Amino acid sequence: MEIPFTSQPRQDTGLYNAKLGIWLFLASEVMLFGALFSSYILLRVGAPAGTWPHGWLDVRLGTVNTLVLITSSITTVLAWVSLKDRNFGKFKLFHAITLICALMFVGIKSFEYRDKFLHYEVKLKDGRIADGHMMENNAKEDFIVIHGRYVQAHMELMKHAHADELKEEKILRENIVSMQNYGPWHNTYTAIYFTLTGLHALHVIGGALVIGYLWLLGGKMWKSDPERFTNRIEVSGLFWHFVDLVWIFLFPVLYLL
Amino acid sequence: MSHDSHAHSAPHEKHSIRGYMIIYFALLVGTVFTVWASFIDLGHHWNIVLALVIACVKAFLVIGYFMHLISEKKLIYTVLSFTAFFFTGLMFLTIFSMHHFPLNTVTH
Repeated sequence: MEIPFTSQPRQDTGLYNAKLGIWLFLASEVMLFGALFSSYILLRVGAPAGTWPHGWLDVRLGTVNTLVLITSSITTVLAWVSLKDRNFGKFKLFHAITLICALMFVGIKSFEYRDKFLHYEVKLKDGRIADGHMMENNAKEDFIVIHGRYVQAHMELMKHAHADELKEEKILRENIVSMQNYGPWHNTYTAIYFTLTGLHALHVIGGALVIGYLWLLGGKMWKSDPERFTNRIEVSGLFWHFVDLVWIFLFPVLYLL
Repeated sequence: MSHDSHAHSAPHEKHSIRGYMIIYFALLVGTVFTVWASFIDLGHHWNIVLALVIACVKAFLVIGYFMHLISEKKLIYTVLSFTAFFFTGLMFLTIFSMHHFPLNTVTH
């Protein structure tokens, strides 16, 4: 039995199945991210004065990632327009660019995550805190080396350090009380940062997998049912634009404000 | 689709591509403007307001033109009206409860 309305729209709604389906899915996604944004607002407003970090993220990398994602959005639209124009070659080109952009985004995000996992806050017995990137941490050695700075109080870490404040510091293990990297467990800010951007990155990866599948194996359906294939590209495109949309709010909220 | 319909649709698509490119450049400019504005001290609250206003404009461009919501079918608007209602409700609840924390848990 053939499933109706996979290519042509229903007369009463003017929609084909997948289009209604993706919009229902996106409606649920809005509430998912909405709940997390709500959590972010409450955590930020509820943070004691001076304890919410500023400048912990690299604005340059965030900006580049925003531009990459916007570029992937336009190439997604142009890929769909190419199919409407019955130009499969152009479609392949534009969606290849979309995939490259998706890989770039995930690559840059991974670099940012790595930076956070290598960044340590080391509490010392004399009350000071050493904060910076771990350069050497060999369990056989009785010292560690970080590239960073010393501060007297935890609150001083909430402001971003200038490059000229940072230098390599050798710290004996016997002087260390505790040390922890800037993973999701570090504080409320890193917890919500990793939750929001991690969930978003999973969406990017999921979207890229679907787009990659359609790009790689879509030719077969294009030959047999071009209308249905074009609809699939529109639907995957709607999801991809939603991913872009979420980042449009994540970028200023996490990187700039 | 036949070659005839292709020929008919071509001018329309060309027009669309121009429109999409304008939106694309508007989004790029909006991004650069957001970053630039964040380095200007307007007072903390106004910096937040400006950043969110720019983000909302960019979001409108993506939803309206890239996702074609400004010319979508009535059923989609009906579905999204429920989403808008609950999302707005969620945000209002958040704002209403923003400064209501149990005693001795926050030291502003």
